[in-house]
Amino acid sequence: MSNDVPANLRYTKDHEWARRDGDVIVIGITAHAVEQLGDITLVTLPDVGAKVKAGERFGDVDSVKAVSELFAPVSGEVVSKNPELDGAPERVNEDPYGAGWMITIKPDDAAQFDALLDAAAYGKLL
Amino acid sequence: MAETLAHTPLHDAHVELGGKMVAFAGWHMPIQYPAGILAEHRSVREAAGIFDVSHMGEIDFRGPGAIACVQHLVTNDIGKLTDGRAAYTVTCNEHGGIVDDCIVYRLGAEHLRIVVNAANVAKDFAHFRRHGSDRGCSIEDVSSQWALLAVQGPQAVAIVAELAGAPLQDVPSFGLGQGRIAGVDITAARTGYTGEDGFELFVPATQAVPVWRALIDRGVAPIGLGARDTLRLEARLSLYGNDIDENTDPFGAGLGWVVKLDKGVPCVGHEALVTVKRNGSANRLIGFRVTDRAIVRDGAEVVDAHDAVIGRVTSGGVAPTVGGAVGMAWVPAAVAAAGEPLRLRQRGRISAAEQVKGPFYRRRAS
Repeated sequence: MSNDVPANLRYTKDHEWARRDGDVIVIGITAHAVEQLGDITLVTLPDVGAKVKAGERFGDVDSVKAVSELFAPVSGEVVSKNPELDGAPERVNEDPYGAGWMITIKPDDAAQFDALLDAAAYGKLL
Repeated sequence: MAETLAHTPLHDAHVELGGKMVAFAGWHMPIQYPAGILAEHRSVREAAGIFDVSHMGEIDFRGPGAIACVQHLVTNDIGKLTDGRAAYTVTCNEHGGIVDDCIVYRLGAEHLRIVVNAANVAKDFAHFRRHGSDRGCSIEDVSSQWALLAVQGPQAVAIVAELAGAPLQDVPSFGLGQGRIAGVDITAARTGYTGEDGFELFVPATQAVPVWRALIDRGVAPIGLGARDTLRLEARLSLYGNDIDENTDPFGAGLGWVVKLDKGVPCVGHEALVTVKRNGSANRLIGFRVTDRAIVRDGAEVVDAHDAVIGRVTSGGVAPTVGGAVGMAWVPAAVAAAGEPLRLRQRGRISAAEQVKGPFYRRRAS
């Protein structure tokens, strides 16, 4: 479970994943991050329209144990956020790569996505 | 940085159950098992859970002076205890600061036991020796001889009584009973740290594993330190080192009910405690519920309307059973008032909270 690193995603060393979906980038946290955090109880995300910067904090994940910061894989504008996480933060535990997605970003520079870690490189960090 | 961590007699049993092991007060302890903290919390609120609290310390006082000696060391009046009864108390330094919070058990007229927090065993033992020597009793740290298993939850008493083959359901709160589980003699104390009914079982360290297994096999859920913290916070029980310490006094901490200054034997810190009681504590430990959508944790600041720091949050987190986020904070006495709002600052953000009187969670009378 904790070594579940889908081959079709890109990753940061801070355990976020990113997936290209048309002209936006979908972002979440990896199964390894979820395993480390334990039960997630609150996900705090930026508003739609907010600007995020690659490598900088865009939100927080509170688990029963502690709070962890979320770092943006790419720079850009927040296009949407997962509306389900407000009422059901446990979706991140249940399905980190699917129903537990967090935000989508319209990237300023598409090349930033290509520079993220691939599954093999991220897998070596675990 | 290699740190040598102590193992309780149940260490391998935790690993076998898939416990996620962490360093805690010098011990290698499970923070959670595969079920996770929220599920473990629910097990204790709805059924029964078992905690290994063998890392806690046991200090024994034996001899004709045992009762008088312990009376001098603790703030509560343990002179009223009969054999097989226990009392919650604090111990203080000469300045009235809290050295530890603990439970005193009267095992016999000349045998008392104090169970202390894991992180404080060496400090407490030195404190007891310093203030309790030459009072007609021996003082011995017997921590390594005992495993301590807490069995807590609405089904805990019935399960322990059944396994022990003894009418332990008749043991009163803060009373002791005897039984045998898996062929091992156990002493069951009707105490706990979860807000639920249950027992803490004293088991000889060398025989802890079969007792643990018998309870696990009976369906009692193993509970780690993570849920121990959410359970005690919801019950608004103080955590030594977070909510109370040597810089806090028992009156401000809401523990004035365990300070008996008229018990006839002045305890360590008596003079200072008399002064604090007369003048009132400058600061109070209050409970709060976060009214914004946020979880405020220990280390957050309490700020006034002008954002000036006036206090600090010492415990905080989710309250899984009652919902939302709760916590405890030290604030100036003038600010402490149930129902009044508080402003809490964490990572530069302000969250609104409301002061709450009493425990966040209370179990239903059974």
